[in-house]
Amino acid sequence: MTDAILRVTGLHKSFGDHHVLKGIDFSVAAAERVAIIGGSGSGKSTFLRCLNFMELPSLGTVALDGREIGRPAGGDGARYYPEAELCAVRERVGMVFQQFNLFPHMTVLDNVMEGLVTVKGMKRAAARERAAAELEKVGLGAKFDAYPGRLSGGQQQRVAIARALAMEPEILLFDEPTSSLDPELVGEVLRVIRQLADEGRTMLLVTHELGFAYHFATKVIFLADGVFHEVGTPDEVLKQPRQERTRAFLARYTEFGF
Amino acid sequence: MDYQFEFALVLRSLPVLLRGLVVTIQLWVPSILLGLAGGFLLALARLSDRAWLRLPGLLYIELFRDTPVLIQLIWFFYALPILIGAELSPFAAALLGLALNTSAYAAEIFRGGIQSIGKGQWEGARALGMRRGQILRRVILPQVFKRMLPAFTNRAIEVAKMSSLASVLSVHELMYQGRLLSSTYYRPLEILTTVAFIYFVLIYPGTWLSARIEKSLAAKA
Repeated sequence: MTDAILRVTGLHKSFGDHHVLKGIDFSVAAAERVAIIGGSGSGKSTFLRCLNFMELPSLGTVALDGREIGRPAGGDGARYYPEAELCAVRERVGMVFQQFNLFPHMTVLDNVMEGLVTVKGMKRAAARERAAAELEKVGLGAKFDAYPGRLSGGQQQRVAIARALAMEPEILLFDEPTSSLDPELVGEVLRVIRQLADEGRTMLLVTHELGFAYHFATKVIFLADGVFHEVGTPDEVLKQPRQERTRAFLARYTEFGF
Repeated sequence: MDYQFEFALVLRSLPVLLRGLVVTIQLWVPSILLGLAGGFLLALARLSDRAWLRLPGLLYIELFRDTPVLIQLIWFFYALPILIGAELSPFAAALLGLALNTSAYAAEIFRGGIQSIGKGQWEGARALGMRRGQILRRVILPQVFKRMLPAFTNRAIEVAKMSSLASVLSVHELMYQGRLLSSTYYRPLEILTTVAFIYFVLIYPGTWLSARIEKSLAAKA
């Protein structure tokens, strides 16, 4: 595949003695939507967080548009990642977190403007205009001056999505975006994500919402024990899994179905 | 109780005490400002992931926090000339001692405040492409300030009173003048009560203002 925007080669990640990711090769092409599923502790969030260097890979490389990020340091495959380079990557690879991570001392509008002003160096007036447009898009046109603490979880997560979108990233990473939401608020966030899918955006989603993953994704990855256990279309992985391990994982979801 | 409180003496002493007050303020305000600036840099050193910054920072902070201020002031006055050959005036020695001592405490307040902000705030900002300095300035410190204000107010109060130790170096600040006057007139009760009252009048407006700021910041969030 030559049209990969992002390519991961031989990715390992350890926290001390704990070997979380054990050699992952992966690439995303434009307009692909990848859902990553797996049990807790399987390493799916860690994998996602290595893509925008929230975690630094222990081994292996991440390449954006064919250019490997960082440079080799020492002979053992470790790499040195200068801050400026990582900041440039993060500008292009946006992220939405499970816990929203909005800035509580800024209004909703200021939250969305922050990256535009400090990172992109936009004038405040222009930044305000773009931030307002993104907030309208996620249905929060009436909440510009509210502080995050006054919003519901679903609204906060939509602000976080608007904040990431405003930076016009080429790839969006969602790290369990609905896992900390009350069940009745999950829908409003998933609808926004689906709307982004309809626009043809390139996205990676770590989620426990298998139903959503099925409809959302062009590719599903089942991650277990730090490796990709099964990769395929939503039908292949979620409906006709070939691996025993995948079937066992999916069975736990249907155990109490009705 | 047949003690006669001599108010006339209080009035007579007031000009001298107020001259002392001016010197006290000259010690107090710069110590706080220098201490805050130095403390901020020290806190950054303490939080650095480079050991050659972190360990000296730690040593400095513990040295100043874990030894008596009085000895620090005396030390700057008597030992520094021997060590570096430069004579410090009593005022400069006192100011230096107070500022350095304050910076050690301020560093710990900054460090505690910065560390009290969850890592989610760092990550939210980093994910946008913000740099460490930008995150600190625009995301972390504005939130920390509110939490640190009570601790800084305490420190400022402490420093105002601590500045009275400069009297042992014969700096003509408020306490020095008070002690001089009370031994001249043999009326410590009148003089020292007046001195205490002046300290109170000096410090109280600051604490009042700080409480107001705290309240208005709490209302905003």
